[in-house]
Amino acid sequence: MRARLPSTSLLVALAVVALTAPFWLTNPYWLHVLIMGGIFAVLALSLNLLLGYTGQLSLGHAAFFGIGAYASALTTLKLERSAWEGLALAALLAGLAGWAIGRLALKLRGAYFVLVTISFAGVISLVSVNWMELTNGPLGLPGIPAPELGPWSFRTKRAYYYLVLAAVALSYLVCRRLVGSRIGRAFLALRENEALAESVGIDVTRYLVLAAVISAAMAGVAGGLYAHYTRFVSPEVFLFTYTVTMVIMVVAGGKGTLAGPIVGALLFTALPEALREVTSWQWQMLTYGLILVLLVFFLPRGIVPTLSRLRKSP
Amino acid sequence: MEALLQHLVNGLVLGGTYALLGIGLTLIFGLMNVVNFAHGEFYTLGAYTAFATLALLGLPFLAAIPAAIVVGIVLGALCERVLLRPLRGESIDSVMLVMIGLWIAMQNAELLGWGGVAKSVPHPFPTKPLVVGPLGIAPLRLFVFVTAIALIVGAQLVIHRTKLGRAMRATFQDADTAALMGVRIGRIHTATFALGSGLAAAAGALLGPIFLVYPSMGDLASLKAFSVVILGGLGNVAGATFGGLLLGVVEELGAGYISSGYRDAVGFVIIILVLLLRPSGLFARTERIG
Repeated sequence: MRARLPSTSLLVALAVVALTAPFWLTNPYWLHVLIMGGIFAVLALSLNLLLGYTGQLSLGHAAFFGIGAYASALTTLKLERSAWEGLALAALLAGLAGWAIGRLALKLRGAYFVLVTISFAGVISLVSVNWMELTNGPLGLPGIPAPELGPWSFRTKRAYYYLVLAAVALSYLVCRRLVGSRIGRAFLALRENEALAESVGIDVTRYLVLAAVISAAMAGVAGGLYAHYTRFVSPEVFLFTYTVTMVIMVVAGGKGTLAGPIVGALLFTALPEALREVTSWQWQMLTYGLILVLLVFFLPRGIVPTLSRLRKSP
Repeated sequence: MEALLQHLVNGLVLGGTYALLGIGLTLIFGLMNVVNFAHGEFYTLGAYTAFATLALLGLPFLAAIPAAIVVGIVLGALCERVLLRPLRGESIDSVMLVMIGLWIAMQNAELLGWGGVAKSVPHPFPTKPLVVGPLGIAPLRLFVFVTAIALIVGAQLVIHRTKLGRAMRATFQDADTAALMGVRIGRIHTATFALGSGLAAAAGALLGPIFLVYPSMGDLASLKAFSVVILGGLGNVAGATFGGLLLGVVEELGAGYISSGYRDAVGFVIIILVLLLRPSGLFARTERIG
């Protein structure tokens, strides 16, 4: 089943808006929000690949994000290579971790898979805090350089915005090609009825591992982008709040759709910023918890599928 | 050698409370098939109840545990009625997400209500440890251990010797037949969740005076509870008891001999290893991996 494209004119309008944003957004703060939203969009798309298409929930995705962030940071700081190599290594190492999880959790489904991912994230988090020689522990790694392309540096918000925009577009395209291909159909078969899928010859484990690797690699790239933007990495990237936020973005936006995670990511990056004046961070998280419960009860498919269903009905 | 014995003793004390947490969760996860990520929050709730009872209301020390249990039971029953019953037939993922939402909501409500500063729970025990041969044990910890064992025995009695317990076991073996026999299935679900939550709250009230009470204390408790349940086998109360004690001891030995920074990793590693090598747990009678 091919994913439905929103109408071409809508796409063009969005593209124009997105490409010119740094010019009409006068306040650099909002550009910052868009950049963070973009990084989370890549992250949400990666989680969606696992949750929305294969049906397995990973609550350890922050581990891949963090591995990517640390990998990229250490590549530029300790190995003194360029940020691009850092991003590549981030994808590689995170992908490797995804492979390990995929292969190890082969037999596990549902709640057990979730528990293994949480445990894995927990161990990685403890390692990042305790292995001071590598990660500098709780002190973190400051002064991560911004990416450079020849004479241009991506240090400015405007330049970084375009980098992140490109990353989001690339991730969307990768997901779209994947979902529309035979592999994507195998994922959906896995999600809908695993026994049936196996009976028609789909190698369930192979596709689950593949999904885990791609998902983890994408999350790793998001982590690398985060590291080079905020120029500082600490074990805080493994905080459970990031995982929770990711899950809400995917579930609220619409798991199993491609636009859903992007919408969810932008919404749940902009929302806390907008609410920052009004409420404290704890009220926000409290509301997130309530939103999650309400979503499951009232809007289980998420925002994007509900909207597109409304659009289709006369 | 003394150090080893001392670690064992400390581990058993901690393990007793882990066993309480595990028994509660094995009832909820093992019998009701609810992935209760909010289990640790009931533990935190119990700890804060103990704090409120002792530090704010100034009641005698022995009132704290029953107060915590009651609060855990009442809130547990409420959560089951409001959140879980409407979702009874839904996929396990939806239930999981709702429990995650409950987890976040409860923790941040506690953060807002009590503040992030850790609270210390007053207790009347002398701080000088009781010395038995080469071992020393603080009177408070001895009290915790004895109470934990008493509660574990109590829970076993409820499950195996009372009508309620029999109804629970019947419901989770075969709900339809139990219903035909006149068991009110809805009530049993509520009671099971309430009992599990009450035990978690008791564990929190017991550990509160030993460690400090702060809003995020439940996170690790949840995961260790899952660790114990997986170790002991789902739905297996005796397994959870042994698993809890084992986890406590292994954690203490690990912290003492290997590294204390990685102490919490023991629970995680157990989850990963057991699920990979022996997913049905050390003692389970039936295979159930997903």
